[in-house]
Amino acid sequence: MTPTPAVADEPIVRLRHPWRWLAAILILIVLAQIVVYVATTDAFRLDLVAQYFFDQRVLNGVVTTLQLTVLAMLVGVVGGVVLAVMRMSDNGVLRAVAGGFVWVFRGTPVLVQLYLWFYLGTVLPKVTLGVPFGPTLFTASTSDLISPLTAGILGLGLNEAAYMAEIVRGGINSVDRGQSEAAEALGLTPGQTFRRVVLPQAARVIVPPTGNEVITMLKLSSLVTIIGMTDLLGAVQQISARNLQTFPLFEVAALWYLLITSILTVGQGMLERRFARGHRGVGSTLQLAGA
Amino acid sequence: MTGAGRVAAPMVEARGVRKSFGRHEVLKGINLTVPTGSVVSLLGPSGSGKSTFLRCINHLETIDGGEIDVAGRLVGYRRQNGKKYELKPAEIAAARRDVGMVFQRFNLFNHLTALENITLAPVLAKGVPKDAAAERARQLLSDVGLADFGGHYPSQLSGGQQQRVAIARALAMDPKLMLFDEPTSALDPELVGDVLDVMRRLAEQGMTMIVVTHEIGFAREVCDSVVFIDDGVVVEEGPPAQVLGNPVHARTRAFLSKVL
Repeated sequence: MTPTPAVADEPIVRLRHPWRWLAAILILIVLAQIVVYVATTDAFRLDLVAQYFFDQRVLNGVVTTLQLTVLAMLVGVVGGVVLAVMRMSDNGVLRAVAGGFVWVFRGTPVLVQLYLWFYLGTVLPKVTLGVPFGPTLFTASTSDLISPLTAGILGLGLNEAAYMAEIVRGGINSVDRGQSEAAEALGLTPGQTFRRVVLPQAARVIVPPTGNEVITMLKLSSLVTIIGMTDLLGAVQQISARNLQTFPLFEVAALWYLLITSILTVGQGMLERRFARGHRGVGSTLQLAGA
Repeated sequence: MTGAGRVAAPMVEARGVRKSFGRHEVLKGINLTVPTGSVVSLLGPSGSGKSTFLRCINHLETIDGGEIDVAGRLVGYRRQNGKKYELKPAEIAAARRDVGMVFQRFNLFNHLTALENITLAPVLAKGVPKDAAAERARQLLSDVGLADFGGHYPSQLSGGQQQRVAIARALAMDPKLMLFDEPTSALDPELVGDVLDVMRRLAEQGMTMIVVTHEIGFAREVCDSVVFIDDGVVVEEGPPAQVLGNPVHARTRAFLSKVL
């Protein structure tokens, strides 16, 4: 018997997948129906959507929403790092306070927290800065200090800090103990070790969930309409209260939120690649030694 | 703080060093003198306390009793008015700059290139200008046979290459003393030789070295003395030929019969 005579020459018949095709066709039919319905039904008022998409009041609302998201996340990230460091401190009081903070702020709805910040003036009429039990340096009425914007930033930001604390702590714990030992053995101070060795590596673990938090925050910020802020949602509510075109205006809001979250998702992907440096050797083989 | 005038003094002197983890006493009174310029290997079964003792020398572990002098200075404390005051973190960091350490699992900084691994500490801890630090780092990389690898991240290097970068990183601080904690134990057998060659050359240049190792061949050829540690105490020490070739204690003989 001669070895392997006519091996490779017969045609190969691939396995067919009729059910895949059927499922795809059914779904495409349903999608086509939806598109046709939206396009041909006047109640959607796509003309109004286009008209109001760049309405000045809507644009102002978008700016407010973005401001609120950025400031609340800033409070959240800085607060989260501080809380995480406190929770890992050798000082028992700091650990307990950070634990208590996370307990309270994760344990109550953010909507309730927004109301409480907004109405803080009713239980704490004045805010005073001074030496404890000593002279007063500064005093102001709480309702002057806590505008709806401040209440929104505090409510959303402090709530976020409680979640970020867990994310940051997870990131810091993910860095091998040997990394900080090596840094300290080289004579770096604990602060240098944390900033230059531990935190940059923890960032790789912290950044992806933080990107999700930003996107969640953008949508969650719409809650501030209940304390009278005119963000994106507040703006479309006000317009629709006048012209009664409720559905088209909420379409405008949905499209804006979707547009911004899409941009954020792309940015998140870019950040993740940036922080993955040194893992799976992203973009490093080219810049060769001694360069 | 060059230690000039103390040339005759030992580099490391440990007196009655004790250390416990919880209720388990790991070091039960270690006495050891390491003369300046000598190469000493610490041998012993796993769990004998040899790595813990090494980590005590640069204060990665705090000792519970006894004391250690490095280059004539007390480790971890300042003696004043008949008391030992604990050093502040910045003072501990400053003292560690004279002591280089090489770890079993390399512990290179994963987010930095080989070159950046080497320059980080000189720039941050000693204020060396970046250019000068990079220049020195390239020289050190070339010394350990990795001149072309400065731009590589640790994940792109083999274990043997990582360990050589780690040695270069420690040398960049111009230490007076080098500590090696099982430097070849995590390496594939064919990569061990390159690392041992670097260590051998370092020893020839007169560096004071303390090496925790299972490489009996290295201990025999390179080291001035071999210290056998078991159960938290120094059982036996002396020149390699004596401790390895003609051990006095039964425990040393039992250990050597397993590893040789």
